[in-house]
Amino acid sequence: MHIPDGLIDGGTSLAGGGIATGGVAVCLRRTAQVLDERQVPMVGLTAAFVFAMQMINFPVASGTSGHLLGGLLAAVLVGPWAGALAVTVVLVVQAFLFADGGLSALGLNIVNMALAGALAAYAIFAVLRALLPHTRSGLVVASGLAGAVAPVMASILFSVEYAMGGNGAASVAVVARAMIGVHVLIGIGEGVITAMTVSAVLATRPDLVHGARRLLAADSVPLLETIEPVGARS
Amino acid sequence: MKRRASTAAFAAGGLLVALLLAFLVAPRASAQPDGLNRVAIDHGLGQRGSAATSANYSVNGIHDAHLSTGVAGVLGVIVVFVAAVGVSKIVRTVRSRAVSEDAA
Repeated sequence: MHIPDGLIDGGTSLAGGGIATGGVAVCLRRTAQVLDERQVPMVGLTAAFVFAMQMINFPVASGTSGHLLGGLLAAVLVGPWAGALAVTVVLVVQAFLFADGGLSALGLNIVNMALAGALAAYAIFAVLRALLPHTRSGLVVASGLAGAVAPVMASILFSVEYAMGGNGAASVAVVARAMIGVHVLIGIGEGVITAMTVSAVLATRPDLVHGARRLLAADSVPLLETIEPVGARS
Repeated sequence: MKRRASTAAFAAGGLLVALLLAFLVAPRASAQPDGLNRVAIDHGLGQRGSAATSANYSVNGIHDAHLSTGVAGVLGVIVVFVAAVGVSKIVRTVRSRAVSEDAA
């Protein structure tokens, strides 16, 4: 899902860079407000895990693979703002050290995978979490379903970017159909890996799962004295 | 109540999992193009009609392909971990400084 150099034109890439810069700035500000000290190593761990998992391509169709994008997973683990930052760090390191994703397309890749993956998919997760039973299983299912949607959202965003400034002769409809089709399959993998990972962390340290805070608060687990609403500290 | 792993132990364990995934599993993952690259190849998108990824997870001087990818993965995991912890610490520091200035 990493856009290489030369696939999307300069103007669209620049616009993506602008949106990414603004979005990351908001994430930095919100993270500064809500991140507690204990979560700092978790942000590092989440980013490291997403980086490792992005290297692990799984086959999805003949001659095609996919890998975890990890935005929603990161958001459930450390919160949407810090989650988006964690994936942004991954994308920056990949682009600069490993030429995975073009430097000119870094902004677009941040929009598609970090911002949409962590922020927009987290909104879907929050709705599902409210609708599903307020149990660990409900939370795991909500994570899996929202995780499955994230790659499809990324493929739709890519199709929009291709429509705005794609470098290719294929029509937007053809590219969109192909992209969304394959990312529905990748989304299944994303959903399964996301659900399994959230489930594993919930089994070990449920208090470290940001998305489980309300669930734990409802159970009145006495681990939550450090949890406070946004902006409560002054 | 089940005894919980300490946060440090959890972070260390998690980091070890990420390192093992990068070192052992990533070199043996599917080498097929991913969804976007597949579409780009099939439909001739991008420059030179092929947007096959230029991604290069390898370390110069290590000739064994699996080892080279594995070492690149381990280095990447470490760099990403340090960078993400660094960003988190910096935003927290900037915030607490801003807060103390407000109070002054």
